[in-house]
Amino acid sequence: MATAAKTLGFIPRPTAQTGFWSWVATVDHKRIGILYGVTGFLFFLVGGLEAWIMRLQLARPGLDVVSAKTFNALFTMHATTMIFLGVMPLLSAFMNYLIPLLIGARDVAFPRLNAFSYWIYLFGAIFINIGWLRGTAGGDVPDIGWFAYANLTSVQFSGGLGTDIWVLGLLLLGVGTLVSGFNFIVTILNMRAPGMSLMKMPVFVWTTLVTSAIIIFAFPSVTVALIMLLFDRAFAANFFEVVKGGSVLLFQHLFWTFGHPEVYILILPAMGIISEVLPVHSRKMLFGYSVMVFSTALIGFMGFTVWSHHMFTVGMGPVVNSIFSLTTMAIAVPTGVKIFNWLSTMWGGRLRFTTAMLFAVGFIACFTIGGLSGFMHAAAPSDTQQHDTYFVVAHFHYVLIGGTLFAILSGIHHWFPKVFGRLLDERLGRWSFWLIFAGFHTFAFPFHFLGLLGMPRRIYTYAPGLGWEVWNLLSTIGVFVLAAGVLVLIANFIVTMRKPMDAPADPWDGRTLEWTLPSPPPVYNFATVPTVYLRDAFWFHKHPEGKEKALDYESPRPAPIHLPGSSLMPVLLALAPTIIFAGVLFLRMRLSYGVPVIVAGFVIALLALWGWAFEGEGGSLIEPGEGD
Amino acid sequence: MGKWTRRRNVRLGFAALLAGTLLAGCSTLPQTPLDPKGPVAQTQTGLLLYTLYIAMAIGISVTAALLYVVVRFRDRPGQAGVPRQIRGNHVLEIIWTVIPILILVSVAFPTVEAAFATATPPDGALTVRATGYRWWFAFEYPELGIVTANELRIPAGRPVRLELTSNDVIHSFWVPKLAGKTDMIPGRVNIAWIQADEPDTYLGQCAEFCGDSHANMRFTVKALPPDEFDQWVRDRQALAQGPSELSAMAARGRDLFESTTGNCWACHTIDGTKAQGVVGPNLTDVGQRSTIAAGILENTYENMKAWIKNPADFKPGTTMPSHARLPEQDLDAIVEYLQSLK
Repeated sequence: MATAAKTLGFIPRPTAQTGFWSWVATVDHKRIGILYGVTGFLFFLVGGLEAWIMRLQLARPGLDVVSAKTFNALFTMHATTMIFLGVMPLLSAFMNYLIPLLIGARDVAFPRLNAFSYWIYLFGAIFINIGWLRGTAGGDVPDIGWFAYANLTSVQFSGGLGTDIWVLGLLLLGVGTLVSGFNFIVTILNMRAPGMSLMKMPVFVWTTLVTSAIIIFAFPSVTVALIMLLFDRAFAANFFEVVKGGSVLLFQHLFWTFGHPEVYILILPAMGIISEVLPVHSRKMLFGYSVMVFSTALIGFMGFTVWSHHMFTVGMGPVVNSIFSLTTMAIAVPTGVKIFNWLSTMWGGRLRFTTAMLFAVGFIACFTIGGLSGFMHAAAPSDTQQHDTYFVVAHFHYVLIGGTLFAILSGIHHWFPKVFGRLLDERLGRWSFWLIFAGFHTFAFPFHFLGLLGMPRRIYTYAPGLGWEVWNLLSTIGVFVLAAGVLVLIANFIVTMRKPMDAPADPWDGRTLEWTLPSPPPVYNFATVPTVYLRDAFWFHKHPEGKEKALDYESPRPAPIHLPGSSLMPVLLALAPTIIFAGVLFLRMRLSYGVPVIVAGFVIALLALWGWAFEGEGGSLIEPGEGD
Repeated sequence: MGKWTRRRNVRLGFAALLAGTLLAGCSTLPQTPLDPKGPVAQTQTGLLLYTLYIAMAIGISVTAALLYVVVRFRDRPGQAGVPRQIRGNHVLEIIWTVIPILILVSVAFPTVEAAFATATPPDGALTVRATGYRWWFAFEYPELGIVTANELRIPAGRPVRLELTSNDVIHSFWVPKLAGKTDMIPGRVNIAWIQADEPDTYLGQCAEFCGDSHANMRFTVKALPPDEFDQWVRDRQALAQGPSELSAMAARGRDLFESTTGNCWACHTIDGTKAQGVVGPNLTDVGQRSTIAAGILENTYENMKAWIKNPADFKPGTTMPSHARLPEQDLDAIVEYLQSLK
């Protein structure tokens, strides 16, 4: 069955189906999705640990749990880790695993590129954390804040390796993200099941499509900023060097042209997950599908028109501040519409409060609060009082934990049986939800008060007598409750994975195509690609309304399915830039082997590209049913 | 005052009510913007509270609707069949698009008005050039020929035009009770203004992350009654001739300050003396300041001595070196000298 033609590749395509190397060489979107999920969750725990240490330091005024420099490194890496190494990969896990299943495809358009995206993410994630090995005292862990404003990042003010590590690490991560973005756009536009027109796609597919487009337009901007910064540091290029005529505000504009759309990269897929989970557990179709799709696209466009609201205090003047105030207010409209549509989806349904549903309802409650404080930030004159205070910290923790993370947890409980063939324990699930929900509010709601009492963000210590003590202490207590909830969640994973694989194909009475498949799905996904006639086709297939046909399996008996072959080239190609960047770092450390390492990296890149191009088609033909 | 500003004054009444219950007396909350003490902060806080009320009203309504839906439509035993599948409703979609737009328009007008109202200092303002350094603030009164640090004295009831810039990285000038933030950016001069309606001491703090000791970069604004301010200006200008009537110990401190032993003069300026360094804060009137080290230590004899001995204990990353090598009596003499500067 395997097609083993002779090829010009220097390493044959691996054929192992199990074991360590089968995971390293896998190009199966489902396995890559699991890899993204597990890695993202581990880094989410790392980011949580960093947050926990910071909350210990801030529990009381004037504590000395960590040094100023360590604290600054902690908040820089907490944000960097949560955004780029935790939340984005966790969302990527959903996209990778689900998109082909939701659109009735056998894989993504470019399976090897997909693997490449994962590996360069993993290497970038390790790279950006490498400074911890040398400790924070010398500035070798990034301690410049996650938006790394010039000119604090200049060699003069940040002489350690931290900034270089941060810049190079983000460049690596950006490559993987961009490649993913292209991959999903091509997949979604070209590989949908017959009959699935764009307006019949599940909303999560739409949010992935829009998110991918945002990635493609937003990441080049930050890449430019990072390379300018790298040139400033390595070659005294003076882009941001004021005394040589550079502009520090240039960095801010370039960063936020990326940074604000990035916010929507983090929230739109989460909204997509909620739009899938709510209808299933309410047994009702999504209310206002076309409005949801349109508002998603609108948010995607408008996300590029609001970046300067991060810069209301830099002195842009009342005209520019007013314009960005208005554009920012405008974006509240499509966002609010979504919340009303979710409420209407539940209205008149029969709501089952599974753990997935609990997190989805929790999402609506928390995201509403985060959205409303976001609306408050839109008013530039009053935002100058909120800007860079804990009020902003409250806002984005409500949007990112209460919003994105709750959606991720909802999605995990919803799709866990599909991915692992086992239903998560509902009793442990409820415990983890209520602990996380209560812990989150205890930890993050006081931030609103701290902000309104004048506590700036990013301070490692504070004086007593400013009215901040009680809220800070409460917040730290909240972190312990939140952490307990996360521990219960992990316990649930462990307990569940030890149970037999007995989840039914369709445990929730699902609506979309993935629930037509066994749990977990076979490697080829669909033995017969279905023809889709309706939105929520599987639901209407099970619960027909009238005589309309929803889903059709009566196509001719399928030919053997060709599956793409495994390949080691993606991991090798991802390793190459990592090695090159390590060489750059060695040069910066004035180590003599910097140049040889860089050369070695380029050689590996050429080898990997050669192998990629010439390793042959590979793959195997599978008869449906075989190997199930 | 425009129509929107007048309405905001009405709203400010409710604001006081809310702030009062929420904060239980603002005198113990020296850094809250909810207790504005000048026209700029009042305009900003009025808008802030307006948006806050709208946010709270919407938040409570949505939460109530959510709770209603969750209770009313939860799955009950004995229910069978599937609920009616509803695709959507155009009228509803239009309603919940238009209502938010109307609310936003009602916010947009006061926002734009406030943006312009707070942008330009009124005529007759006193000019202060404020410069951010890692990690302290320099204040210069170009019309009065006075340079000081970390403690800004202003006349109450008179607008102060701020020319904000930075000597190194980006900082942000923020006195919550007087005005929101304006960044201090190297290579740029940002114009902002503050006015304190009542004589009082107002706390400020750097609000843009600027490195290791960002948390330790604070300052105070002391608004004095106009005649007291004028008196202070005259006294302060007299100090430019250099300190007079030094005790023997203080005189020894001065010698140490200006010698290679203490080497303080390499970085600090004391007007009218040999010390003309420009790296650290101007210390001409350090004896009359209520705090030292950019607002993080009360200005006492012991604190000043401990600070000079080991500044990095209080302000990690500071460029001021340790003076632990100096004998105790030398440190005492230097502190004596500095405390006499008032």
